[in-house]
Amino acid sequence: MTDTTASTDHHDEHPRGLARWLFTTNHKEIGTLYLVFSLTMFLVGGAMAMVIRAELFQPGLQLVNPAFFNQMTTMHALVMIFGAVMPAFVGLANWMLPLMVGAPDMALPRMNNWSFWILPFAFLLLLSTLFMPSGGPAGGWTLYPPLSLQGGNSFAFVIFAIHLMGISSIMGAINIIATVLNMRAPGMTLLRMPLFVWTWLITAFLLIAVMPVLAGAVTMLLTDRFFDTSFFNAAGGGDPLMYQHIFWFFGHPEVYIMILPAFGIVSEIIPTFARKPLFGYTSMVYATASIAFLSFIVWAHHMFTVGMPLGASLFFMYATMVIAVPTGIKIFNWVSTMWRGSMTFETPMLFAIAFVILFTIGGFSGVMLAIVPADFQYHDTYFVVAHFHYVLVTGAVFAIMAGAYYWMPKWTGHMYDERLGKIHFWWSAISVNVLFFPQHYLGLAGMPRRIPDYSVQFADWNLVSSIGGFAFGLAQLLFVWIVIKCVRGGQKATAQVWEGAQGLEWTVPSPAPLHTFDTPPVVNDAIAGHEGKLA
Amino acid sequence: MKRTNELIVGLAMTAVIAVITWSVFAVGDNMTPGVTPFSRDVYHLHMTVLGIVTVIGILVFAAMFTSIYLHRKSRGAVAAKFSHSTRAEIIWTVIPILILVAMAVPATRVLIDMEDVSGAELNIKVTGYQWLWKYEYLEDGISFYSALDRQSNSARQIGAGVDPRTVDNYLLEVDNRLVVPTNTRIRFLLTSDDVIHSWWVPDLGWKRDAIPGMVNEAWTLIEQPGVYRGQCTELCGKDHGFMPVVVEAVSPEEYRSWVALQSVGSAVNRIAETDSKAATVETSAAGS
Repeated sequence: MTDTTASTDHHDEHPRGLARWLFTTNHKEIGTLYLVFSLTMFLVGGAMAMVIRAELFQPGLQLVNPAFFNQMTTMHALVMIFGAVMPAFVGLANWMLPLMVGAPDMALPRMNNWSFWILPFAFLLLLSTLFMPSGGPAGGWTLYPPLSLQGGNSFAFVIFAIHLMGISSIMGAINIIATVLNMRAPGMTLLRMPLFVWTWLITAFLLIAVMPVLAGAVTMLLTDRFFDTSFFNAAGGGDPLMYQHIFWFFGHPEVYIMILPAFGIVSEIIPTFARKPLFGYTSMVYATASIAFLSFIVWAHHMFTVGMPLGASLFFMYATMVIAVPTGIKIFNWVSTMWRGSMTFETPMLFAIAFVILFTIGGFSGVMLAIVPADFQYHDTYFVVAHFHYVLVTGAVFAIMAGAYYWMPKWTGHMYDERLGKIHFWWSAISVNVLFFPQHYLGLAGMPRRIPDYSVQFADWNLVSSIGGFAFGLAQLLFVWIVIKCVRGGQKATAQVWEGAQGLEWTVPSPAPLHTFDTPPVVNDAIAGHEGKLA
Repeated sequence: MKRTNELIVGLAMTAVIAVITWSVFAVGDNMTPGVTPFSRDVYHLHMTVLGIVTVIGILVFAAMFTSIYLHRKSRGAVAAKFSHSTRAEIIWTVIPILILVAMAVPATRVLIDMEDVSGAELNIKVTGYQWLWKYEYLEDGISFYSALDRQSNSARQIGAGVDPRTVDNYLLEVDNRLVVPTNTRIRFLLTSDDVIHSWWVPDLGWKRDAIPGMVNEAWTLIEQPGVYRGQCTELCGKDHGFMPVVVEAVSPEEYRSWVALQSVGSAVNRIAETDSKAATVETSAAGS
């Protein structure tokens, strides 16, 4: 139905070596660049996490001084959020979105190249601050003033790096919206789009809405620090709390930017391996849109302890609790998709199932955190650390892993080593719980977050958590090996790859040739894999 | 036959997951019920919500594992074709809403109680500094600084060679404790002189940020005499982990005699205060 083999003739000039990657405007190559970059940053951020867990292995200070410890926690978050998770999703979008909607490439290929190539420079700038005399940022990734303003001149580099990341994200988001809205193949109506496309479309709108807000917030920090303004300086008539409101107006949608595409990935994988259409497709789309809307009106639940008026606290508590409804709908839909299916449990499915379970646990602690009086106890303790690592590591990162295994045969043309994949899964799934579950206990027992040393009553669970941390870190090196092995060779993958896979991306050969869908395919319900009722 | 199977496996899965959940709760630590009416309310809220989400979790995961066990290709399962059910979707939208309302009602009541700071018999102003606290008793005219005690402070240095386990209340002891009377409604006024700090004693049931340029309010009423320990909980720089909060609750009579003792030594105090303030200025200058 599509001519994918005869399409290379009008792109015969293809540079080789470094120039190929520097100047590429091909969505698949840029997708690969994003994914490789993301994996690199995942290892860099992971190394920082290892430093943190090593210092917290036992009470007393053994390895690093408190100032450097604070740089590690700050940088770990910035690198993982902006360097690992977000670029991984953009990379998956670059690779898969055009294939999923039947487009020949992203709508704006040159901008696509630029939005990627900004990132390595942004992160070189950010990471270089660790080697500057005043050290890296140490005030937490939220950069709350006045503390963040106590940093040295390296702070200017941090802010410039954040601006660059923001520009990159906005361009990526524009590209995705333009592609999804304009480049769909005939018959690919909005309600026939795969869920991954839907979740990314909504995510892209969130990115465009909030990245400029972050840019504004950090620019005010910059002028407060270097140009004697007093936006956030109480002594000059400013308000340190205003920063927190602005930051979290960015920060909460940002949280969903990191989870909505994960919902999309899992909604692709579970139907494939259950051999049954996704349950409640339209309600999934509406639930995603509702979560995105709610993300704009819950920001102050990150700051219940700052002393807000009663009415504000109540509003943010109720709004936050409401999020549980659309999120619950998604969980129920995934379970119903599995119900009376014909399931097999290849590595992508295992990661997707672990995602559903562990993300749900993260959601439960989220509901608990929404209860304002209880939050007076949980806030800024390890309970919160456990909560957001459950939603971001066993949530976002597990979904990315699932997606990587799911689509790797399509990218490389080879099946990955299933036995190693399963080892990687079980090793990760067990160690990640050893790592993060005890942190719930630590928080409830009264251990604050972001401390380099602790009272001896917290020693046992910190020891357990650190052991889990080292094991989880090691497991990811196995993942790197699995990827390398799969790129270099392995069993040849068919076009469909998975028995139950449906959708346009499985109609092109594996590996997907550089140019696909030069002639747009025609899409109907059978290809979409579900009924687009309102289509 | 199919439904009977699903029911039996479902019940078995529910039992297994319930046992696992129970053991996960049994080995771990939980929140303290604390020593104030508010902390007990918070504890009950915490347990209620935890109980509700645990039950939901057990049911959802049991359904999922039943499906994983029964509906697998290796057992010859053939995939059904259904892909939506309006009735099911209405049920699992409405029931969660009702559960959330049931949680929101007690949460609202407890929060309103916390925010009512009227009727205080004693007012204490708490000021955060990098990295110690200052306490001012507004009625009794007492004021002093409270910092990490000397023993913890030397043990926490990198390469100190002291095992933290040999130090009493490592990192949770101060030089001057905040002494307060029991069964007295105490209002706290919290602010900061430099960056944002947060004042937290888990046994009192709340934490509140100390923010420069703002005065936050909170209240407590401690029912049992004792020593209650907590820490700064808002990242405030390199020694954030080393500014504990220690509250010593004594009977109102003992409190009166403590106040009298402070007034006698006030001249000495004032000198000590000037010294430690000078020391603060030095450390914060060195830190920035």
